[in-house]
Amino acid sequence: MISARELLDKVEPHFTKGGKLETYYGLYEMVDTFIYTPSDVTRGTTHVRDGNDLKRTMTFVVIATFFCIMMAMYNTGYQANLAIEAMGLTESPSWRNLVMNIFGYNPMNPVSNFAHGALFFLPIYIVTLAIGGIWEVLFATVRGHEVNEGFLVSSMLYTLILPPDMPLWQVALGISFGIVIGKEVFGGTGKNFLNPALTGRAFLFFAYPASISGDSVWVGVDGFTAATPLGLAAQGGLEAVQAAGYNWFQTFMGFMPGSIGETSTLAILIGAAFLLYTRIASYRIMAGVLGGMIATSIIFNFIGSDSNPMFAMPFYWHLTLGGFAFGMVYMATDPVSASMTNTGRWIFGALIGVMVVLVRVVNPAFPEGMMLSILFANMFAPVIDYFVVQANIKRRMKRHA
Amino acid sequence: MEEYISLFIKAVFVENLALAFFLGMCTFLAVSKKISTAIGLGIAVMVVQMITVPANNLIYHLLLKEDALAWLGITGVDLSFLALLSCIGMIAALVQILEMILDKFFPALYHALGVFLPLITVNCAILGGSLFMIERDYQFGESVVYGIGSGFGWALAITVMAGVREKLKYSDIPAGLQGLGITFISAGLMSLGFMAFSGIQL
Repeated sequence: MISARELLDKVEPHFTKGGKLETYYGLYEMVDTFIYTPSDVTRGTTHVRDGNDLKRTMTFVVIATFFCIMMAMYNTGYQANLAIEAMGLTESPSWRNLVMNIFGYNPMNPVSNFAHGALFFLPIYIVTLAIGGIWEVLFATVRGHEVNEGFLVSSMLYTLILPPDMPLWQVALGISFGIVIGKEVFGGTGKNFLNPALTGRAFLFFAYPASISGDSVWVGVDGFTAATPLGLAAQGGLEAVQAAGYNWFQTFMGFMPGSIGETSTLAILIGAAFLLYTRIASYRIMAGVLGGMIATSIIFNFIGSDSNPMFAMPFYWHLTLGGFAFGMVYMATDPVSASMTNTGRWIFGALIGVMVVLVRVVNPAFPEGMMLSILFANMFAPVIDYFVVQANIKRRMKRHA
Repeated sequence: MEEYISLFIKAVFVENLALAFFLGMCTFLAVSKKISTAIGLGIAVMVVQMITVPANNLIYHLLLKEDALAWLGITGVDLSFLALLSCIGMIAALVQILEMILDKFFPALYHALGVFLPLITVNCAILGGSLFMIERDYQFGESVVYGIGSGFGWALAITVMAGVREKLKYSDIPAGLQGLGITFISAGLMSLGFMAFSGIQL
């Protein structure tokens, strides 16, 4: 039995320049770097050296989503089991029944919840990986660049921000749009200006609003209606959320209907701690988003309104409801589409924070504003950088004048 | 006062001339390669918009609207079919006059704006602004605010576009999409971001 390393080394000559399968070098490289750490290092004398490379950066983000995935599966199954119990059914009216017959539908049984949730999460994730992977490999092969781990991050994040009941063909369309139009037409990882996962979701949001907004998509049982707490808040403010039986701690833990992986603020914050400790994500961006959100919601609390109950929503509820926490930790900190300068990162983050509260409170068309706010700020990121750089130049000119 | 502020915000974000109505696309795509030039053009558009929309508003309300000539003692005359023509003429004339004034009294600004001033004569965002003003029946005060707001919104959009395009210089765009192709795609994706404002009622 030969090891994978020996096998890879043996076939390598076929894929390098001049070999028979030269065109498919991207595929070889993908398998190689997926299994082993690449041995390429910076050479020459003028480089700062760091053990951190793109592969490790991207892998760390995927690792950071671990608790989100666990909570995603548990909560999705829990909500579905609750819905089945509430509707008085004995079994799920879908193919999932085949597997779930083994575990039963008891919302008090963690194994049943977990298994049921996995049956929602895994199909979406597998479709995302398969379809997105096809596009990635196609572009990598034709254009001669590498398939890198950035795709694993995009596909994981994309899966976690979809509602559980999303039809799989729409999942496939969304990831196709996100990968091709959001990333590959610009040349692949690191060259796009919008977050690919969010671009895909935004495409679905405007193309198929019926399957990604409203009251009937957030729990994966056909015919069951449950608004997300944020949706309730948009209608009746905080009273409506509390009247529906949600308290703050529950929304913090994540036991509420919503997109698959965005509900649990606790799991997201654990991921955030990991990302900050390993210095993968910029604390400036996260702090900017948080600060912008807190400041804007306090201003709205202060202004007040008789007709719009969202004005009175305190900031700690804004934090736990909807996709705010997930967007702040995993989406806004995407180093490619965010601002590159340190001062710019504060401004960029604050812009997201301000925008998200603005959309949630003032825009009656969308109860949730995180996705569009981040895309909006992504557009402004290069301009923010430009002005920060210009200000630096001006300051230095003055100093040396 | 409050209604003027809402009108301004609406003109800048909700009904952005470039990214919600896709007006002024030719200059928007052609002159957005560098941020500094884009800002120059944006300011020029804003200034022209600020002058032409109220000026057209005066002409429309004092000469063209149905029974607008009542102050001359003529009633029953409706010249509003001339609005399109008079708007175009007004814009062209005003831009020429503005150009001469700037040349004479503010040569620095004149040179900074350079070729963009005459270009603005044929910018459909300018004409669009005046026609929206007529269609929505703005009063004089509103037309001033709308002129400034819509011009500022267009300037903001082209500045952001230029920022994105400067960033895309480092991209690796497929040969078939280089230049205008990727710019169209970028503009489309940007208007996706601006959709965050669609639906805001002010």
